[in-house]
Amino acid sequence: MSEPDTAEPMSATATDVPTTSDAVDAPLLEVDGLRKEFGGVTAVDGASFRVAPGSLTGLIGPNGAGKSTTFNCITGIHEPTGGTVRFDGQDVTGLAPYTLAKRGLVRTFQIARELSEMTVLENVMLAPPGQRGESATRAVLPGLREQVQEAEREVVDAAWETLDFFEIDHLAHENAGSLSGGQRKLLEMARVLSTDPEMVLLDEPLAGVNPTLEEKLLDRVDELRRDGLTFLLVEHDMDVIMRHCEHIIVMHQGQVLAEGDASTIQSDERVLEAYLGGDV
Amino acid sequence: MSALDDAWARAERLPDAVLVAGYIVALWLVLAVVAAAVGGQQATNLAAGFVGSVTLLIGAYALLTLALNLQWGYTGLFNIGIAGFMAVGAYTTAILTAPVNPSTAGGVPGFGLPLWVGLPGGMVAAAVVGAVAALPALRLRADYLAIVTVALSEIIRLFVNWRGAAEVTYFGQTFGTGGATGIGFKSPRRVVADLVTGVGQPVVSAAQSVGVSAPNVVNIAYGLGLLVLVAASFWLLNRLVESPFGRVLKSIREDETVTQSLGKDTRLFKIKAFMIGCALMGLAGALFRGNAGYISPAQFRPTVTFYIFAALIIGGSGSNTGSILGAATFTALLFYLPARLGENLPTFGASSPGNIIDAVGPLGALNPGPLVAYVAGNVSTLRFVLIGVVLIYIVQHRPQGLLGYRNEPAASVDLSRPRADDGGETDE
Repeated sequence: MSEPDTAEPMSATATDVPTTSDAVDAPLLEVDGLRKEFGGVTAVDGASFRVAPGSLTGLIGPNGAGKSTTFNCITGIHEPTGGTVRFDGQDVTGLAPYTLAKRGLVRTFQIARELSEMTVLENVMLAPPGQRGESATRAVLPGLREQVQEAEREVVDAAWETLDFFEIDHLAHENAGSLSGGQRKLLEMARVLSTDPEMVLLDEPLAGVNPTLEEKLLDRVDELRRDGLTFLLVEHDMDVIMRHCEHIIVMHQGQVLAEGDASTIQSDERVLEAYLGGDV
Repeated sequence: MSALDDAWARAERLPDAVLVAGYIVALWLVLAVVAAAVGGQQATNLAAGFVGSVTLLIGAYALLTLALNLQWGYTGLFNIGIAGFMAVGAYTTAILTAPVNPSTAGGVPGFGLPLWVGLPGGMVAAAVVGAVAALPALRLRADYLAIVTVALSEIIRLFVNWRGAAEVTYFGQTFGTGGATGIGFKSPRRVVADLVTGVGQPVVSAAQSVGVSAPNVVNIAYGLGLLVLVAASFWLLNRLVESPFGRVLKSIREDETVTQSLGKDTRLFKIKAFMIGCALMGLAGALFRGNAGYISPAQFRPTVTFYIFAALIIGGSGSNTGSILGAATFTALLFYLPARLGENLPTFGASSPGNIIDAVGPLGALNPGPLVAYVAGNVSTLRFVLIGVVLIYIVQHRPQGLLGYRNEPAASVDLSRPRADDGGETDE
């Protein structure tokens, strides 16, 4: 894990790219020289970027650029081979997903992972942090269980509000497995937002979602940003990225190729070449 | 078929306790009818014997199935070492309660403690062994837990069978497992028998006046005692899973990565669920296998593990009510009843042929006697064919089991939408 030669020159050059630091003075998320190797394949090769608090940052790149692996490394699903991840000023590299989620860094999955044999309402009620009834003794013992039920009523109310917000309240008592693809995406959003997060990593939240629903989801994201949430978005729909993200990070072959606002990215020739398959 | 479905749909809407109690009483009645048909003069006593035996089986299997349902049905922990955890519970109880100076020659001495210490002791030991088994497997995928548990259960059985563990002396105290000959200890049934012949004497007298023997009264009382334990476990487990705790268990079964991504430290939940289930298996091991105050390694072969899985699959994995129904169906209808029917099949004077060919051959001459006699003579083996057929039917036509997938949300309160005047809409 910590072989002497993990600190390769790669990460040094990556941090030298000056584009981000002036854009983000006190980043909420700071990824520095992130590396992930699977056997002989290097999926992420020294990626470095920063995400400003309250922003909607887009992470784009052609297939195989390492976006999802980067997500997995940030959120603790994979342990990075090298590099650091800092969240809210603290080093969180390699922490378990539940530790990160408790600190306010959560994610959705590229392919919606609903808990299919639980109802939609149960899916959402699972998420709120610090539920007293998650202790087995409190759940069982007379006297303590009444307190659990007290707290549980608030969780139910909040869950219904969340379902209303995402307009899937009519499906509350359905098993999540019977939802359509788009509804599952909404459920994932609803669930992840019920964890009371500071920052949400969205992995292709719009794939398979119809245009009406897409607009709705993006409206929700804007609404939540006004409440102070930060989003990092992986998306293939360039139109959405260019219209909604104030900061865009382009990855290619496991590295950050370019960063900037929509116009900067659109005029960057390296980005065009990466997408069209030319050599950089 | 649809009439049956309708009836079942109506039954499913009954309160769970009524459904379970009604089902068990119905099974008793079936057995009583069988006893009446074959018992002649002794019908009442025979019926009491049937009911006593089957109630013990239902109670013991229900405890085990409930325990497995918590582990596998709720949390997705694939424990195929049930027999091992039963053995740990039974042997710990036995060693703690075996008399310090055994009266029989060759008996193994123990600590001579009372059962109310020995049984909880067995539960704690089973839970601790469960934790030890689960710890290394928790970081791995589910299949590894299965391998670890099945291996452990065999290791436990071989260990208690081992001559070296039969009788040891540490710190001036001699104790042991008794090796292959087994170990005698304070009989839980004895406790019930003393109660019955003591305060229950009027009941015994009344029973004897209708022809039921005193041992059969004790049998029934012991079975009912187990059913009380089942009811208590049912109540406790329902409270446990109808809560945020149960919600996390279910979500671990569905997708552990997602559960972790939502901020739940799944390791703690898995280990708790596993330990609680193992404790219950340990208790059932002591009260079921050790009901007469004697256990031996042969009683803890892995077959019982698969019976419990069959019972849970039939009843409906993920439902506590279904677990009890499955245990009752499996033990009474698939295990006990065929054996009693087989013993009493009219064989038209034919004796059981030595092989299936001699049994089927005479059918050509329209003589069913040998076949019937063959079935009757081999019913304890042939019922596994019945169990197999039922399992295949259930898996194909009702994979959720009798009561699986029923709407049993894991929450401690009513989940219907709060009314608008409750302030549900006024937030923000």
